[in-house]
Amino acid sequence: MMGVTRLRAVIVLAICFVGVVMAIPSLLPAEKMAGWPSWLWHKQVSLGLDLQGGSHMLLEIDVAHVQRERLNNLLDGIRTSMRSQRIAVTNLQLNAEATGVSFRVRDTSDIEKARQAVRELERTGQLATQPDNTIVVTFDPRELAEQRRRVLSQSLEIVRRRIDALGTKEPAIQAQGQDRILVQVPGLKDPKALEEVLGKTAKMTFHLLDPNTDPAAGRPPEGTMILPADKEVERDGRARQYAVQRRIAVSGDRLTDAQPSTNSQTGEWVVSFKFDGQGARQFGNVTRENVGRPFAVVLDGKVITAPVIREPILGGSGQISGQFTAQSANNLAVLLRAGALPAPIKIIEQRTVGPDLGSDSIEAGTRACIIGYLLIFTLMIAGYGLFGIIANVALLLNMAFTLAIMASIGATLTLPGIAGMVLGLAMAVDANVLTYERMREESAAGRSPLPAIDTAFNRAFTTILDSNLTTLIAALLLYMFGSGPVRGFAVTLSIGIACSMFTAVTVTRLFIVGYLVWRRPKLLPV
Amino acid sequence: MFKGIRLLRAVPKLDYFRFHRLCFALSIALCLASVVSLATKGLNFGVDFAGGILIEARQTTGPIDIAALRSTLSALNLGDVALQEFGTPNDLLIRVERQGSDESERVALDRIRDVLGPGFEYRRIEVVGPKVGDELVIDGILAVTLSLLGIMGYMALRFGWRAGLSGVIAILHDCLTTVGLFSILGLQFDLNVLAAVVTIAGFSINDTVVIDDRIRENMRKFKRMDFRDLINRSVNETMARTVMTNGLVLLAVLALLWFGGPVLFGFSFALLWGVIVGTYSTIYVAAPLEWYLAKRGRALEKEQEAEAAAGKP
Repeated sequence: MMGVTRLRAVIVLAICFVGVVMAIPSLLPAEKMAGWPSWLWHKQVSLGLDLQGGSHMLLEIDVAHVQRERLNNLLDGIRTSMRSQRIAVTNLQLNAEATGVSFRVRDTSDIEKARQAVRELERTGQLATQPDNTIVVTFDPRELAEQRRRVLSQSLEIVRRRIDALGTKEPAIQAQGQDRILVQVPGLKDPKALEEVLGKTAKMTFHLLDPNTDPAAGRPPEGTMILPADKEVERDGRARQYAVQRRIAVSGDRLTDAQPSTNSQTGEWVVSFKFDGQGARQFGNVTRENVGRPFAVVLDGKVITAPVIREPILGGSGQISGQFTAQSANNLAVLLRAGALPAPIKIIEQRTVGPDLGSDSIEAGTRACIIGYLLIFTLMIAGYGLFGIIANVALLLNMAFTLAIMASIGATLTLPGIAGMVLGLAMAVDANVLTYERMREESAAGRSPLPAIDTAFNRAFTTILDSNLTTLIAALLLYMFGSGPVRGFAVTLSIGIACSMFTAVTVTRLFIVGYLVWRRPKLLPV
Repeated sequence: MFKGIRLLRAVPKLDYFRFHRLCFALSIALCLASVVSLATKGLNFGVDFAGGILIEARQTTGPIDIAALRSTLSALNLGDVALQEFGTPNDLLIRVERQGSDESERVALDRIRDVLGPGFEYRRIEVVGPKVGDELVIDGILAVTLSLLGIMGYMALRFGWRAGLSGVIAILHDCLTTVGLFSILGLQFDLNVLAAVVTIAGFSINDTVVIDDRIRENMRKFKRMDFRDLINRSVNETMARTVMTNGLVLLAVLALLWFGGPVLFGFSFALLWGVIVGTYSTIYVAAPLEWYLAKRGRALEKEQEAEAAAGKP
């Protein structure tokens, strides 16, 4: 009757049953799910960090840094090489887009020699000589793009290693766009440790100090740089300055291990490190040749410590002391073990919600939603009697379906997502109200129950379809062009609307027709 | 058998055009007030959009001496720092304005942590760099604009361009006055409120589509009826549904406002305004506007016919 066959009824009821079964895990707390039999459906809707608490950090990597560094090295290389071969050059510079280097050779007879020298320095660059004796070295843009991608994927790997070393549960780490990494760590009480390990490049190098240069005296000579201390301050409160040789004595890349420990004599926190074979040899040589001189441990352009070498260190292991606390010694060790990032990194967005605020929000949100639901349920029954109860069942099914679908596609429920559910709910109620009001109209126009219901469903359906499609189009566009929270809203709204087409139309119709067949009323009970 | 209480015993016979000039004037005044406030006062952007630092902290040892803390924090020279009690005397909300760069925001956060010391637990920390804030604003505007265009396209396709245009103007009216209200009252505008504005747009379209659908249906039924009477009839016929649905949504929103806690306040407040203004705009903005557009259209057609007739001797 009215397009409802026995087969159809069975299928619809079966779908409802599956939907409810799939939604049950999402309504239960996680602890209860632990004892859930493994053959049963057990996927839960995952809660966003704003609801369950946790840290969301967006990192930006300076992916062009490696490129710039390579060009600057080339520039320095050309300068030294030309000087040693006595080739006079002018206008040695980076080009405007920073994709190449150009310089002008004064003497035409030197051009071949200059080209040869550049070839030796840089094998992959493309060389071009212009009529005015300008030599231009450029790099293939595709190769540069490939290099930037490599920087991003290496950074991703290192960030992952750092976070794993902190031992947090279920972190989500993913690349975003061409130069960003999104890190989401659920359930973190204080994000300070996370901030400390994420925001640092952790490029560590060992340098000798330059004893002949006064750090306060203007421009340092070539080959020397002035670096600030990490923690040490002068009497006026400013960071202490050091004159450090540019040449890297030993690079941090050669470290194989780093651990926090305490110095057995002073009891202060230190970081013990170990070099690989080559690093140990280099470190041994440097310390043997420079006993009595100070050397600096430099991390990301800051001098952590600058002790005097008392004796040659030949075993390849040592300790760094630098006014550490237990926490900061551990963080530095984590950073050193994970290795340096290929390019500088910074945190450009951070959102941390403490676990108890998250649960407060859920509690308040859930309470508000339950009260809202109860109000709607009561009024639907008050307004439409038995059919109101049917509409309420459809609403509950709608919620179950929405949760089931979100759990199975792995969507995350956030605060704005709850807003989307609320709008979806309102539209589902509206679909029922539209149909019932239409029944009353048709019935008032003198139709008997069956035709009245049939017409009402058909007429109301066009309206429901129109309003749902309009909203669905808006939601899809919001999803495509919006960012984080707006997308969460769009997802739950779209799912809610799609489900309401089934629950508020198909399921309601089935129940109402079932009632008519069963009771055969003379008058419409609405 | 209990049949339910009917809120409306019979189909009302109201004329919604009686006050349409007054309503147009009211709507224009509301929109103008919103635009003026947005232009002069601007929006009180939350950290999401403005960039900066937001900290919600709870002192574990007891009530917070906000005045003392305010003077210590202002000594840090971080620019505009706002402190307020949040919910209970043990809870504190600190807002620091956008700093020059991502690095200086890190430094500022660490210094505030040092000042607060170990007696606090952090319930929420948000640090948004200048770049991200700007991106979120642009993304938000782009997404909302495109979805409005999408709605207009669909409605124009289904009900003709006049209905599409009036529908979108009504939605714009609702969104603009909501944003304007937030500007006038100086309430904080953050990503949650943006989600509410989008929800309002969705709610308002739904309402408009329901009435437009009825207009379309009645146009087929009563081919000769005056367009104004037709609109009145359609609005009256759907009034029972409007009262029921919008009443239910209003109650749900009130529940959200009352029980949703301080985090959801901005969101629920925007929704409350939106439900009221959305219902109003469907009946008093979209419907009369469509009638106006149709009237102008018909007048034009008549003119053209008259000209064509005059051309032929």
